[in-house]
Amino acid sequence: MSNPVRGDGERDGGVGSSDPGRTAGRAEDAAPGEVLLKVTGLRKHFPIRKGLLQRRAGAVRAVDGVDFEVRSGETLGVVGESGCGKSTMGRLITRLLEPTAGTIEFEGEDITRLGVRGMRPLRRDVQMIFQDPYSSLNPRHTTGTIIGAPFRLQGVEPEGGIKKEVQRLLSVVGLSPEHYNRYPNEFSGGQRQRIGIARALALRPKLVVADEPVSALDVSIQAQVVNLMDDLQRELGLTYVIIAHDLSVVRHVSDRIAVMYLGRIVELADRELLYRAPMHPYTKALMSAVPIPDPRRRKDRSERVRLEGDVPSPIAPPSGCRFHTRCWKATTVCTTAEPPLEELRPGQQVACHHPENAVDRAPRDSGVAGTAQVVPTRR
Amino acid sequence: MTAPLHEPTAKAAPSPVAEAAPGAVDEAAAVGGDTGPVQGRSPARIAWERLKRDRLALTGGAVILALIVIAVLAPVISNLVGQDPDVFHEDRIDPLFGTPKGSLGGISGEHLLGVEPVNGRDIFARILHGARISLLVGFLSALVAVVLGTVLGIVAGFFGGWVDAAISRVMDGLLAFPQLLFIIALVSVMPNDMLGMTGSSVRVFVMILVIGFFGWPYIGRVVRGQTLSMREREYVEAARALGAGRLHILAKELLPNLVAPIVVYTTMMIPTNILTEAALSFLGVGVKPPTASWGQMLSNAIDYYDSDPLYMIVPGVAIFTTVLAFNLFGDGVRDALDPKSSR
Ligand SMILES: Nc1ncnc2c1ncn2[C@@H]1O[C@H](COP(=O)(O)OP(=O)(O)O)[C@@H](O)[C@H]1O
Ligand SMILES: [Mg+2]
Repeated sequence: MSNPVRGDGERDGGVGSSDPGRTAGRAEDAAPGEVLLKVTGLRKHFPIRKGLLQRRAGAVRAVDGVDFEVRSGETLGVVGESGCGKSTMGRLITRLLEPTAGTIEFEGEDITRLGVRGMRPLRRDVQMIFQDPYSSLNPRHTTGTIIGAPFRLQGVEPEGGIKKEVQRLLSVVGLSPEHYNRYPNEFSGGQRQRIGIARALALRPKLVVADEPVSALDVSIQAQVVNLMDDLQRELGLTYVIIAHDLSVVRHVSDRIAVMYLGRIVELADRELLYRAPMHPYTKALMSAVPIPDPRRRKDRSERVRLEGDVPSPIAPPSGCRFHTRCWKATTVCTTAEPPLEELRPGQQVACHHPENAVDRAPRDSGVAGTAQVVPTRR
Repeated sequence: MTAPLHEPTAKAAPSPVAEAAPGAVDEAAAVGGDTGPVQGRSPARIAWERLKRDRLALTGGAVILALIVIAVLAPVISNLVGQDPDVFHEDRIDPLFGTPKGSLGGISGEHLLGVEPVNGRDIFARILHGARISLLVGFLSALVAVVLGTVLGIVAGFFGGWVDAAISRVMDGLLAFPQLLFIIALVSVMPNDMLGMTGSSVRVFVMILVIGFFGWPYIGRVVRGQTLSMREREYVEAARALGAGRLHILAKELLPNLVAPIVVYTTMMIPTNILTEAALSFLGVGVKPPTASWGQMLSNAIDYYDSDPLYMIVPGVAIFTTVLAFNLFGDGVRDALDPKSSR
């Protein structure tokens, strides 16, 4: 696909040219590499209510104590099987959900407990791209209304008026300005996702959380949308948190990758380190599931790990290391002690007693606890 | 070019949405040229275009329009034919049997649909005036039900929790309530004048309120269910992510999507309410004579079913035609707005 941002000479320098609503009094932009978002001990437990009196009968521990930082200008990929709490985490940092515990700091400001009103000015800086292009656009609104909503809701009057700005945004994301009066039912999934991207980027946010932005799209279109997001990041200096359920989507665009399992981060590493030498067995298992396109590199994969069974219930997660029920390396200690997330190599944090590609943290422990299999590669 | 995944319109092949669907307009066309009209077709417009091709629905709609005109202009029309619904024409009655003189219930150039037995009031004029009562009660009680049902349904679905639990229990209770018996009991103990109204006005007013009150849970349940399912839609989250408050989400994001089911349920509720009014008047607890109502005419006609069958047939046909017209129109509207094909 031709680059939609730079492909059109009529536009004066892409989306950054007009600067809607950058008003005085806003915090200085974080320099590239500085911490933009800092999350500490973040938890979200959804209460389960039972019976007529709606008594509390337990909780879904969707996100159960995660710590990480997002640096300005980078892309943090978040991967994990479905049900691991990735979407919940994304909705917590965009403050669409109320955290149960922990803190969220954006540009040094604690935003954990801000209400609808308190969050409103920050909404310009933190935006979200949603997973399902069929439910993320209101079927009763035109493209113009949808992409114009950020300006109206934030009371921002772009130079030249909202309509002109929306039409410019449409061409920035690779649609035609003539689509202004169209309704979502007239677009394909890929085009709808472009509309969602235009809406998210309309106010030039600093941080964009994209929750599986292409998983609902045809494979042939996925790359186009990912490339568009990549181009726009460079153009606008965006910071991304991109959520995906496997590594194939995030492997090319991420600077760092966080691997989530049952509400926890089990490995957080620079992309190169993670791909060259994954340490957590779960990471390794996820990587085995990704097809390697280059046949010459297939031999690098010494063994293929197949994950057995489903993710256990987040209502009562396994004791100790949550992965031990599916881990082929698990020993007694794994069933009793939860391994802390520790930096075992510069740029690579892992929560495992028996990491791969590193010195064993509990070498004397014995007793097999896992059920997973290691299947030798066929080719 | 591959067809887009998850295209909800793909299955509804003959619908105009599918023709405009972008199966062939995917990524490439979006960047370059384009096909089709520049002005988008809104879901409402698509529904209207579908309705326009539904002959039965259009016929029903035409009959409804005619009925509305008749009801509004009832006094004018009966003046034109020189009749008053309340004037007795005892000279037209056979003094021996109390039935109209002549054949076919006394139909003549003067009395187009004949006259009533005993006192000889003009049936044509009374049918015209009866249309006023039927439509007035049918529409206004539906309006009461829609307003109550929409507000309470949205509140229940949007706020959830104990608010939802309370409203849902009330709806369950009302739906299980023997409403006809209740209305009969209530209307029969009504005072003859209240709030500056007298006689039939009181009865009509009370019927509108009570029928509407028992009707709202039907709409309330639908609206609650729709709201509940839409509350979690990502476009609502997108609005929240942009700083939208509850009022904006209710008015701008949810309400437009509720219009279709509300319209459908309203068109289905009006004929039901017309029938309820007819039943109440038939049972003698609706509008009182001399005010004319179709149900009440039918009730009077029962006594003369063999000696003057036309007296019974005329209001019967009026009720039947009206209800059928509303039902045909309502079905057409529902098909045109079918949420499965316009999402
Ligand atoms: N609103 C909610 N109420 C109750 N449970 C929820 C809610 N949202 C998510 N969950 C549960 O939290 C867990 C994590 O969900 P989610 O964050 O959507 O995972 P992922 O995006 O990784 O697939 C799942 O078990 C899910 O059922
Ligand atoms: Mg998810």
